[in-house]
Amino acid sequence: MAAHLKKRVYEEFTKVVQQQQEEIATKKLRLTKPSKSAALHIDLCKATSPADALQYLLQFARKPVEAESVEGVVRILLEHYYKENDPSVRLKIASLLGLLSKTAGFSPDCIMDDAINILQNEKSHQVLAQLLDTLLAIGTKLPENQSIQMRLVDVACKHLTDTSHGVRNKCLQLLGNLGSLEKSVTKDTEGLAVRDVQKIIGDYFSDQDPRVRTAAIKAMLQLHERGLKLHQTIYNQACKLLSDDYEQVRSAAVQLIWVVSQLYPESIVPIPSSNEEIRLVDDAFGKICHMVSDGSWVVRVQAAKLLGSMEQVSSHFLEQTLDKKLMSDLRRKRTAHERAKELYSSGEFSSGRKWGDDAPKEEIDTGAVNLIESGACGAFVHGLEDEMYEVRIAAVEALCMLAQSSPSFAEKCLDFLVDMFNDEIEEVRLQSIHTMRKISNNITLREDQLDTVLAVLEDSSRDIREALHELLCCTNVSTKEGIHLALVELLKNLTKYPTDRDSIWKCLKFLGSRHPTLVLPLVPELLSTHPYFDTAEPDMDDPAYIAVLVLIFNAAKTCPTMPALFSDHTFRHYAYLRDSLSHLVPALRLPGRKLVSSAVSPNIMPHEDPSHQFLQQSLERVYSLQHLDPQGTQELLEFTIRDLQRLGELQSELAGVADFSATYLRCQLLLIKALQEKLWNVAAPLYVKQSDLASAAAKQIMEETYKMEFMYSGVENKQVVIIHHMRLQAKALQLIVTARTTRGVDPLFGMCEKFLQEVDFFQRCFIADLPHLQDSFVDKLLDLMPRLMTSKPAEVVKILQTMLRQSTFLHLPLPEQIHKASATIIEPAGESDNPLRFTSGLVVALDVDATLEHVQDPQNTVKVQVLYPDGQAQMIHPKPADFRNPGPGRHRLITQVYLSHSAWTEPCQVEVRLLLAYNSNSRIPKSPWIEAGEIPSQVETSIEGTIPFSKSVKVYIMPKPARR
Amino acid sequence: MPEIRVTPLGAGQDVGRSCILVSIGGKNVMLDCGMHMGFNDDRRFPDFSYITRNGRLTDFLDCVIISHFHLDHCGALPYFSEMVGYDGPIYMTHPTQAICPILLEDYRKIAVDKKGEANFFTSQMIKDCMKKVVAVHLHQTVQVDEELQIKAYYAGHVLGAAMFQIKVGSESVVYTGDYNMTPDRHLGAAWIDKCRPTLLITESTYATTIRDSKRCRERDFLKKVHETVERGGKVLIPVFALGRAQELCILLETFWERMNLKAPIYFSTGLTEKANHYYKLFITWTNQKIRKTFVQRNMFEFKHIKAFDRAFADNPGPMVVFATPGMLHAGQSLQIFRKWAGNEKNMVIMPGYCVQGTVGHKILSGQRKLEMEGRQVLEVRMQVEYMSFSAHADAKGIMQLVGQAEPESVLLVHGEAKKMEFLKQKIEQEFRVSCYMPANGETVTLPTSPSIPVGISLGLLKREMAQGLLPDAKKPRLLHGTLIMKDSNFRLVSSEQALKELGLAEHQLRFTCRVHLHDTRKEQETAVRVYSHLKGLLKDHCVQHLPDGSVTVESILIQAAAHSEDPGTKVLLVSWTYQDEELGSYLTSLLKKGLPPAPSGGS
Repeated sequence: MAAHLKKRVYEEFTKVVQQQQEEIATKKLRLTKPSKSAALHIDLCKATSPADALQYLLQFARKPVEAESVEGVVRILLEHYYKENDPSVRLKIASLLGLLSKTAGFSPDCIMDDAINILQNEKSHQVLAQLLDTLLAIGTKLPENQSIQMRLVDVACKHLTDTSHGVRNKCLQLLGNLGSLEKSVTKDTEGLAVRDVQKIIGDYFSDQDPRVRTAAIKAMLQLHERGLKLHQTIYNQACKLLSDDYEQVRSAAVQLIWVVSQLYPESIVPIPSSNEEIRLVDDAFGKICHMVSDGSWVVRVQAAKLLGSMEQVSSHFLEQTLDKKLMSDLRRKRTAHERAKELYSSGEFSSGRKWGDDAPKEEIDTGAVNLIESGACGAFVHGLEDEMYEVRIAAVEALCMLAQSSPSFAEKCLDFLVDMFNDEIEEVRLQSIHTMRKISNNITLREDQLDTVLAVLEDSSRDIREALHELLCCTNVSTKEGIHLALVELLKNLTKYPTDRDSIWKCLKFLGSRHPTLVLPLVPELLSTHPYFDTAEPDMDDPAYIAVLVLIFNAAKTCPTMPALFSDHTFRHYAYLRDSLSHLVPALRLPGRKLVSSAVSPNIMPHEDPSHQFLQQSLERVYSLQHLDPQGTQELLEFTIRDLQRLGELQSELAGVADFSATYLRCQLLLIKALQEKLWNVAAPLYVKQSDLASAAAKQIMEETYKMEFMYSGVENKQVVIIHHMRLQAKALQLIVTARTTRGVDPLFGMCEKFLQEVDFFQRCFIADLPHLQDSFVDKLLDLMPRLMTSKPAEVVKILQTMLRQSTFLHLPLPEQIHKASATIIEPAGESDNPLRFTSGLVVALDVDATLEHVQDPQNTVKVQVLYPDGQAQMIHPKPADFRNPGPGRHRLITQVYLSHSAWTEPCQVEVRLLLAYNSNSRIPKSPWIEAGEIPSQVETSIEGTIPFSKSVKVYIMPKPARR
Repeated sequence: MPEIRVTPLGAGQDVGRSCILVSIGGKNVMLDCGMHMGFNDDRRFPDFSYITRNGRLTDFLDCVIISHFHLDHCGALPYFSEMVGYDGPIYMTHPTQAICPILLEDYRKIAVDKKGEANFFTSQMIKDCMKKVVAVHLHQTVQVDEELQIKAYYAGHVLGAAMFQIKVGSESVVYTGDYNMTPDRHLGAAWIDKCRPTLLITESTYATTIRDSKRCRERDFLKKVHETVERGGKVLIPVFALGRAQELCILLETFWERMNLKAPIYFSTGLTEKANHYYKLFITWTNQKIRKTFVQRNMFEFKHIKAFDRAFADNPGPMVVFATPGMLHAGQSLQIFRKWAGNEKNMVIMPGYCVQGTVGHKILSGQRKLEMEGRQVLEVRMQVEYMSFSAHADAKGIMQLVGQAEPESVLLVHGEAKKMEFLKQKIEQEFRVSCYMPANGETVTLPTSPSIPVGISLGLLKREMAQGLLPDAKKPRLLHGTLIMKDSNFRLVSSEQALKELGLAEHQLRFTCRVHLHDTRKEQETAVRVYSHLKGLLKDHCVQHLPDGSVTVESILIQAAAHSEDPGTKVLLVSWTYQDEELGSYLTSLLKKGLPPAPSGGS
């Protein structure tokens, strides 16, 4: 009975709370609604001149209007519209109507009649255009309402004959956005004439104003985007527009042709002036190719871009794009590419050019030469040679896309891509190197091509060199000379730019493993072994020697005969490198060494399972053991954490999962330990010291939960709930500890309230996940929530304490893929003994080079921290452009950090490390409440902080006093 | 009949000595004023006496236009203006104006000081001549006089090269000068808008050539230089002072920058230094890359290229030297060549064509032992390379330009006759426009049908526009109005306005016609019959029966009256205004056929 009573009391309390909230809400409405429109009304009545009225309107437009009061405002605006004589004020009102009708939660159908009404009486063209724009906004807001759409289309058609281009533009835009999609639907709506929107728009392709022509084409494209199937007849109309005088028309026409060619690739069109017929997509391809040599670069870019996505084009046409028939004095000439190829196939090396080497050969029949081919001839040759680098980049991209879909084309375009490596603009060079990498599966480089590619290794730009290394990683080389050449050039690169060391080693690793048979005959030469004499042992620390070894060892992996060629010291060096550079040197099956073959079997798959099983088992063990005595639980947790950490070190694939789970268990362990403290049994004031431990634990748990939430990629909502839950527990712990250790109730009041707010927030954010949290801390907490709301702080603390003790240990479901974010600072290496000297008060730039793994959105989250010996810390935000993305999940940060300090007496070390910034807002699923902005952002919602996620590097610096 | 007449005084079926006379709309313009490299006598300058036998040139020519600073386009200018005598305006672009006098002075020095020619123009004459120059900007429309206007377009080729559009009324001629349709390292590509000139006069140096991509050439060149320098050899590149020299400098400079090379590059001093200075100034005339990056660094402020000193030639180690002149026939380039020729590590790269008889030509044709002056024999062990870097449009480029400008006819100059023949045929075939290729002194006359602009009043235009529903730009439209010709301009206005302007009263012209009808009934009944008949026939006209017994069709009045003599016939009086002539005559012919037998009255 008592329980029943209690419940009723709670119920009553809850009601009271809700009522209060409601009251506040209604108050707000009553205050705002009349004021907005009324104030506007008063203002507009006050206005003596049009300029005044315009000012009021402009002021009014700065503030947002609530959905409920929109209609009132609209009425007032309309009222003034009718009265107003000045077109500029009417224009502003019309534009405001458009803005207002876009307001979320407002249905604009009620103002449509008025808008159409005022449209009919309007004389000013500008206002007309603006009103049509408003109608467009209304129409797009109501996509379902067919009859409104029909009406709007009708209105648009009526104004199409207007003399002002602005009005016609808007009408066409309206038609494009609202023109009905299907005939069947239009028949249902009776009373309104069925219009063929496409035909109407098509008629304006020949308007006298280029702006209107453009708008017509854009409207047509809009129709296409909305899913209306364009008629094939449009193709011919669009083709005519390709020779328009205005570039924006041509540019839009190219797009339209592309769209039609994608819709009807296989239909047949006749070639004018002959009886032949070709596929439409081929014809369109030819036409777009022709536009690559248009007079306007905007059109050229557009055309070059679109070429890339025309994959259905026949190979015959495609290959023409790279063909430019050369001639000299009417005699056929071979291109330099052809000559190079011939030279190569004849087995002769480049002997240097002689005068007349390129002398033209056979005579050309003058009648057969076609100087401006209507077809695709040489489109890419022109595009790649264009003056504007935008066009060249677009052409390279298009080449890339086409080559990916056609291997034979890839083979052909190789020469041209290689040529682009020498472009004057770095961006273009980089782009073409990337393109080459993307199509490298389809191609094998000839020696002369390789030669050109390798020449770029001397480029002073680091990006170019690294891109080239990446390219070489996945290139197929045809001969052993090619491999040798590549190695020699890479070593040259290494001596010239020692910082490229890692990248070059990695490149050689792949080069070796891809071409074992080509490396084999080179081995004696590379290791400089001699059949009779022992040669001197090379220096093991020489990066060049290591580079050679990396190549050979990786080749040896799939070539068992190779180790026989090694000399003794090679084997020693192998053992050393296998340990020190294990990511570059693979395990080899060496004669007489069993250890290698037994320890690491080449097949990893069977290996993966047991470790994974082990992980699962140990986690399950922990989760099932929650009811044991605290001592046993603690021990088990400690062991499991240790196991997991070791597992993570051994198995890199499982490192993320293992670390993640271990962190979670550690939190749990800390919580248990904290609750075991004696402090709870003894009178509060005596145990101030111990309480430190508990509060430290709470703080650490908080930190760990932030790490769990933000340092791992692939964390799902399931995990986020658990993490937040853990954090809530830590906060409860903190509250209890403070309650125990502080005297007085006043500070406690605030803390309690804050805690309850957070619980409330938790409930709101994760309401969907609450069923999974049965029996947990939060579950119980929410049960008691009404009581907590009314209790005094002391009571709350008491309840929390018991609940914390009783709460069960939540099972942390493991996500599919989880990776810990990590960063390694490659540079500065932190080994230098020479301090970086600079004048105090000035800055010194420190180059920082780091690789980031599994960091999401590094541009916003990764920061560089510099810690000075005096404890001063400085946080640097790298520029977005400093981040490169060499592969999925990997990022590279190359930036400069500016250091400065007042003068020191002797050199000292500063620490540089990378931080991961987080914002607790980002992960939380947005509830509609927050979105509406009704609840002011609570303290909980945006906690920002940083997590260090790289080892810190020490840099020796020395600011000198300035000399006078 | 209006016409455009073109007479090449030079460059007609020939390369060199460009000078073309154009008469357009009563204006006479001279395009370019060049000299011929191949001659040392009178033939080197155009025959200006052709223009006018006696009388001053200034009276005859309205202006002179110089396309760019190459001597075969401007070499005869001081002779023409100072010695023959011309005081009118000379138009050229700013860079041309700046560089032209340097080249003229250099040319004068060689001719007078070295060859000792007398009766040649003096330095003062060059200065005086340049005072008559009016500089123009790209795309600036310059009004030479009230009717003649000119406009410059970018032409590539060399710094400051321009194509010129000459326009009188609705007729226009575009003269290309020399141009290049493919961009290079320091210049952009020629560009012209769709100006649809009456005549396009284009150069045709490479009328029968389609060139390979420039990238291969560049790469080859750089590779050769790089390899030699890496071997420790020296590279000699003989060049002429302007144009290609800068192109190669930029090429090597950027390559050195990119590849981080350290070997020194030298440039022979003198003229080139001066020229480089101008290249630095006229950044807006260069290509996209140089224009965009000059804020950080002007590409012509070379980091790796330094001025050459004679003593440097003996320095050990690798180096690259640009030296003038380009054909190795004299001067510094020859001196250096003699020093380096013996070493097979060294290399000479000839970047252009060499005239027969020069050392350049000899070594290019493979001669290994050269006889120098003083019976010395020089053995050439160094490598000899040839690289062609030409800045003229090839056949495809020319066609591209023709396509861009869309001229009504084309005229070819600055090329060999045989090659022109081929291009002419191609142009006629592809674009279906007439094409001419006159020889020197031969006049081409092009009859033109100039369009005469007529002003139309806005009110009339709008009224007529409102009648047609759909826009159709290409279709001719019939329009009623009055053409007023006054003070040599034409206006089309509505007839009311014309009357008002001329102070005339409006007169109405009415036609009346009597039609005899055999009808025995009364006039009213006849009128009713006519009404119902017409009503049935003319569905889309407004047919009314008025209370006074008459019938109107639109504004045409029909009245029925009894015949004064024969009561059995009725006379229909049809009256219409002049404007309704069409309908009125149709109605009378209709009525003349008679009425159909009345269904009710007959029986």
